[in-house]
Amino acid sequence: MTSGATTSSGPGPSVPGPVPVPVPVLDDDPFSVSFLADPYPRHERMREAGPVVWLSHYGIWASARHEQVVTALTDWRAFSSASGVGLADFRKEKPWRVPSLLLEADPPDHTRVREVMTEVLSSRRVRGLREEFAAVAESLVGDLVERGTFDAVRDLAEVFPLRVFPDALGLPEEGRENLMPYGGMAFNGFGPRNDLFHEAMADAPRIQEWINESCRRENLAAGGLGQDIWAFADTGRITPEQAAMLVRSLLSAGIDTTVYAIGNALAALAAHPGQWARVHENPALAKLAFEEAIRFESPVQTFFRTTTRAVDLGGVRIGPGEKILLFLGAANRDPRKWINPHTLDVTRRTAGHVGFGTGIHACVGQQVARLEGDVVLTALARRAAMLSPTAAPEPRPNNTLRGFSSAPIRVEKAAVRGR
Amino acid sequence: MHEPEFVAVVREKIVVSDGVVALVLGHADGTPLPSWRPGAHIDLVLGDGLVRQYSLCGDPADASAYRLGVLREPAGRGGSAYVHDTLSPGDRILVRGPRNHFELEDAPSYLFVAGGIGVTPLLPMIAEVDAGGARWRLLYGGRTRPSMAFLDVLDRYGDRVLVRPQDRHGLLDLKGFLEEATRDTLVYGCGPEPLLAALEDACGARDMLRVERFAPKESIHDDRDGMFEVVLAQSGLTLTVGPGQTVLECVEAAGIPVLSSCQEGTCGTCETDVLEGTPDHRDSLLTEDERAEGTTMMICVSRCLGERLVLDL
Ligand code: HEM
Ligand code: FES
Repeated sequence: MTSGATTSSGPGPSVPGPVPVPVPVLDDDPFSVSFLADPYPRHERMREAGPVVWLSHYGIWASARHEQVVTALTDWRAFSSASGVGLADFRKEKPWRVPSLLLEADPPDHTRVREVMTEVLSSRRVRGLREEFAAVAESLVGDLVERGTFDAVRDLAEVFPLRVFPDALGLPEEGRENLMPYGGMAFNGFGPRNDLFHEAMADAPRIQEWINESCRRENLAAGGLGQDIWAFADTGRITPEQAAMLVRSLLSAGIDTTVYAIGNALAALAAHPGQWARVHENPALAKLAFEEAIRFESPVQTFFRTTTRAVDLGGVRIGPGEKILLFLGAANRDPRKWINPHTLDVTRRTAGHVGFGTGIHACVGQQVARLEGDVVLTALARRAAMLSPTAAPEPRPNNTLRGFSSAPIRVEKAAVRGR
Repeated sequence: MHEPEFVAVVREKIVVSDGVVALVLGHADGTPLPSWRPGAHIDLVLGDGLVRQYSLCGDPADASAYRLGVLREPAGRGGSAYVHDTLSPGDRILVRGPRNHFELEDAPSYLFVAGGIGVTPLLPMIAEVDAGGARWRLLYGGRTRPSMAFLDVLDRYGDRVLVRPQDRHGLLDLKGFLEEATRDTLVYGCGPEPLLAALEDACGARDMLRVERFAPKESIHDDRDGMFEVVLAQSGLTLTVGPGQTVLECVEAAGIPVLSSCQEGTCGTCETDVLEGTPDHRDSLLTEDERAEGTTMMICVSRCLGERLVLDL
């Protein structure tokens, strides 16, 4: 096999009807450690090969272009989530956990639970979290800036969300160390059963048990988001079983994502001193910087869909019941959509990025994520005139998430400002 | 208590006239459907924020099936097109309701006026009134006879039903029809807006008319969108938002960086504090209380009820 793109007129499983355009075939393994550690050149090759490509290694379709990724995310009737948004096809394989009521569901089942979750994470509710989140960010960042050097991932990105989000949920103190490993299971679980998957699952039964316990009504503190979800079980809009499953959704989707996002944002801003200078100058840019970092170094890199019928995507005919891998992180750097896509620009108009997905499954927690990013970057912007990396960030390979296990930085303290 | 909401399964889909299909829905888990009275309607939640209301036109005594008639609306936003082109027997679909804003009140005699698909809520009313022995007549108009649904159902009522397709009979003779009304007759009308307006005219001041209108659901841009002024308090700018423009577009055009994502009022990214003025909320996120408070708005879709908004930008 060559490592370059080849073109074939009829790859893949029995495609009904003629294939209208030649489909590029690539033999990359997008879940290999080498691909995950340095995805962008490979994304580019895939994106330039065609709107939709065939990945022979897994026998799946893929798209790395903005237009097709958005089309597939939006057209939930043709591109279903209920067969799983990972490589596994739930119609043929038993999922490793009970499928999510949100992520791994289609309308109409998806619609009603999504409405409940949208109400749980309403703008008013998220606004109510700001004061507490900001206070924690100020104190944490204040201490780190005093130190002069710290690890943006280990000392900040991994610490902050784990301090604020479980409290907002009302989780018990004990056992919170299971949260990151559970996220690791969930997000590695969308890939193939490779080494990353098996490593993540090593301690699965024990962790899953703690997670299941934590989703129970009696284990969630009053006033938290977890109890808000359970309150909907009293109105009859969801069942108690669904309430527990929705709490689980917040546990799997709400922690690692923000850890990776904050780590990526800090690493990117440290590597772009000119951009940081603008944020420092005008801390109101912090939330735009966080958004741009999500476009630039997307924490959630990929999700799958499964076709419900034969469908044309970018001129390529895809048969029914087939898996397609959508490269969100590559769509966010598609030059057909973005000017200078590989450049971090904190004042860029980022609308249209798919870092939080789009369509009916678009991230329901995006306002929580933005709040976390905003308060951390704002606290740092007020205190640090300069950020610079002291060593290259260490990639942390994951079948779905992109981020770092370590990103050491040095901060230059700002002269005290009258704030 | 929240109103009923459940997953139904499409049992049958039948073409009943040019442009109209009848759907038969059952409860997906086989349990009895929520009960209803003539005049009731349900929401079909079609996804993508599309919710469409349809009157129930079957038999309220039959708890195993709901029947509805769906007209293909050429100018529709896709709800009826989806029902016509894609929805198939065996498909599952989310249903809300039933609810009733068109209750059948007791009276010794009734006159019914239907325009086109507006006949649907009247069918169960007529069945009930007829079974109860009250006097009644139906005046049923439509574009052409082949476009008029449920004529077969109405057939058995003989000459109590006047079928008046417009291509043969012209506009409905409401005045003539209403001459039959006595002091205690109730008139029930359902159909397109011009018909209902004419019916209101014809009934004059007498409190005998009951109508149902399906208010067209929200549209993001509509003809009534006027111009207004937006003051950006932090930047010290005053901008004019034109009729075809959103506040977001206008603010961005002025070079003020603001976050946005969905640009249809569903994600909350563009939420902005309102310092003065009354927003015309068009998002799908804020609660009724928050709308009334008016201290925050989604600038990608929401507009201004007055002439000026001051935003914290
Ligand atoms: C920066 C951090 C985050 C990123 C990049 C992110 C990304 C995403 C993406 C791409 C999706 C779409 C999945 C799909 O289309 O199949 C999604 C869905 C989801 N996210 Fe997030 N997310 C983040 C933070 C959060 C947080 C903090 C929460 C909880 C508070 C959360 C909860 C969810 C849930 C429950 C879904 C499923 C929604 C559905 O299927 O309807 N996420 N997220
Ligand atoms: S951009 Fe999503 S609500 Fe305005």
